[in-house]
Amino acid sequence: MTSITDPPQGSFRLSMLINDTRYRSYTFQFIALVVLIGFMAYLGMNLVSNLAAAGLNISFDFLGDPAGYDINQRPIEYDSQSSHLRASVVGIINTLIIAVLACITATIFGVVAGVLRLSNNWVVSKLMAIYVEIFRNVPVLIWIIIIFSIMTVSMPSPRAFRGDDPSSSMLFDTFAFTNRGVYTPKPIFDSGGWIVVAVFILSIIGIFAYRRYATKKLYATGQLLPTFWPSVAMFFVPAILVYYILGRPITLEYPELSGFNFQGGIQLRGSLIALWFALAIYTGAFIAENVRAGIQAISKGQTEAAASLGLRPGRIMNLVILPQALRVIIPPLISQYLNITKNSSLAIAVGYMDVTATLGGITLNQTGRAIEAVLLLMLFYLTISLLISAVMNVYNNSVKLKER
Amino acid sequence: MKKTVLFGALTVAGLAAGMASAATLDDVKARGSLNCGVTTGLVGFASPDANGVWDGFDVGVCRAVAAAIFGDPTAVEFVPTTGKTRFTALASGEIDMLARNTTWTFSRDIDLKFEFTGVNYYDGQGFLVPKDLGVSSAKDLDGATVCIQTGTTTELNLADFFRSNNISYDPVPIETNAEGQQQYLAGACDVYTTDASGLASTRAAFENPGDHVLLPEIISKEPLGPLVRHGDNDWGDVVRWTLNALITAEELGVTSANVADLAAAPTDNPEVNRLLGTEGELGAMLGLEADWAKNAIAAGGNYGELFEKNIGENTPIGLARGLNAQWTEGGLIYSPPFR
Repeated sequence: MTSITDPPQGSFRLSMLINDTRYRSYTFQFIALVVLIGFMAYLGMNLVSNLAAAGLNISFDFLGDPAGYDINQRPIEYDSQSSHLRASVVGIINTLIIAVLACITATIFGVVAGVLRLSNNWVVSKLMAIYVEIFRNVPVLIWIIIIFSIMTVSMPSPRAFRGDDPSSSMLFDTFAFTNRGVYTPKPIFDSGGWIVVAVFILSIIGIFAYRRYATKKLYATGQLLPTFWPSVAMFFVPAILVYYILGRPITLEYPELSGFNFQGGIQLRGSLIALWFALAIYTGAFIAENVRAGIQAISKGQTEAAASLGLRPGRIMNLVILPQALRVIIPPLISQYLNITKNSSLAIAVGYMDVTATLGGITLNQTGRAIEAVLLLMLFYLTISLLISAVMNVYNNSVKLKER
Repeated sequence: MKKTVLFGALTVAGLAAGMASAATLDDVKARGSLNCGVTTGLVGFASPDANGVWDGFDVGVCRAVAAAIFGDPTAVEFVPTTGKTRFTALASGEIDMLARNTTWTFSRDIDLKFEFTGVNYYDGQGFLVPKDLGVSSAKDLDGATVCIQTGTTTELNLADFFRSNNISYDPVPIETNAEGQQQYLAGACDVYTTDASGLASTRAAFENPGDHVLLPEIISKEPLGPLVRHGDNDWGDVVRWTLNALITAEELGVTSANVADLAAAPTDNPEVNRLLGTEGELGAMLGLEADWAKNAIAAGGNYGELFEKNIGENTPIGLARGLNAQWTEGGLIYSPPFR
């Protein structure tokens, strides 16, 4: 029963590319694209021809040559005879270590500070306001250097621990705080050690399963099972039991002063701590503001409605406000995680050997392959940033408002 | 984002290099000043004084080249470069020459396409330790934490030295000499290593220089000298022979005090005459004025004067001539003849 017929299809004329609003935008977009491609091609050609004129070429062969330099923080096997490629991989792992540590810590700082800034307690909220304003308004490079300098100058050097009457001593004989870093005991796994770890992980999974069961039971039958004490028991008892049954397969290796430095244990280098702490505390201030914005975006009526149902303030926050606030918090949080990862390239300021310091620093310098090294760096940071975005977007989709 | 900008900068730098490679001497003359790359500050070699005027041994070479070209030792723009930025700065044409404690190595000469125009200081890598550490040899440094300037040949020498002696160390990479000094003095590293001359210069700036000792081992050959871009031989010749003129002047006893008298009229010594332009056409062959060498010597004195004034035994740096004495006195400093 259509009473409207299709409008007559006029034949397409070239002038319509300019005059017809249906096609005009495509025309201009096409022109812009051609100009952009042309400009990029010009820059690229220029680079190639100038490199050729200078007798240089683009080649990635240098990655296979021995690097010749040492790296202090080696998550994987590496020595000065390893290749530049391996040095780059060491740098990449170091970058990822700092990024993961800083993202987790910054999230904790940010959520705590963001929630506390909304506290009704005047002192607490003002303290958090001061934290946020101070830390996000001073460049992160300055924070990195300040924290590193304070550590270097104020902490004792390993020399101070030596002698019959040392001016410094280890905390509980297990932790050593020096200006070269913090030394902590390191767990040594004997044959049965991994079983203990596996039991521990299983008991954590068990806690979650138990809690889910308790919730389900509550909803189904209205019977409230105790969760707190059973969880605590499940956390400790099985692992400790297995630990003693297997004859204490995990021992601790304590750091000990020998020669110039502490040996044994795990060394958290001063540069790692400074970078980690600075990135976490700086980005934490931004995340705090995101969290605050997210919570304030939830209308007060939600709180009041929840309160009128008889929920306690803690429950209101956990069950009503935060799940809704997450929708607002997650997208800016993604960009904060990206910022942390990219800001970790400031590591060289304190001598932390991240990928910018190995591939983009020493390798670039020793081989003179600036363009290749920088291209690889760009590729790495682009890949890792897109990966973080992708993962966080999946999470974002899972918490966002479900429209039905 | 930062990387993109850097890449763009490289591209622009590539553009600049294409233009600058034509004839550096003409470019310098047209510009009216010499762009000379130096360190960001190493007392004795290149550092700005209280009035912001650059002074030092390497600075003296820059000033001599400027004086040879323009007759004016102040016609120099000093560009501070770090160990990491120096080669990019030179390759891109941002600077015309680099006089910055730079070690002459095969790969820098061949692979990086630079041309070393001589050696103005024969150096070697040494170790600086606090006296109370009780170390008398670098081979006792097993397990030590070592501060090292990143992006230098010293980094590779250090790895080789410890590897070949089968001892371990913990490197602490640092960007600048000032940072290294701070870390070392705070005890964040046990040892500071770089060229022995740089260590002497750094130690001279300490509050108590006597509390620190240089270990006897010199673990590498570090011939330091000025360098230019590969491919412009005329410009390389100007820098090379200016340095040679300073060296020859010392050998022939031409100093900043007597150079004006000696250049006023031909002397009895034909080589002095050729050097100072009162005989022959050496200046014109280089594309410079006849009195180029006279101006270069008058700028800061001959090689020996520059050495004594900036880093010699009567300065806080207190370096002996050692290898850097004239060949006639048992050293390695030797210039091809002026004829």
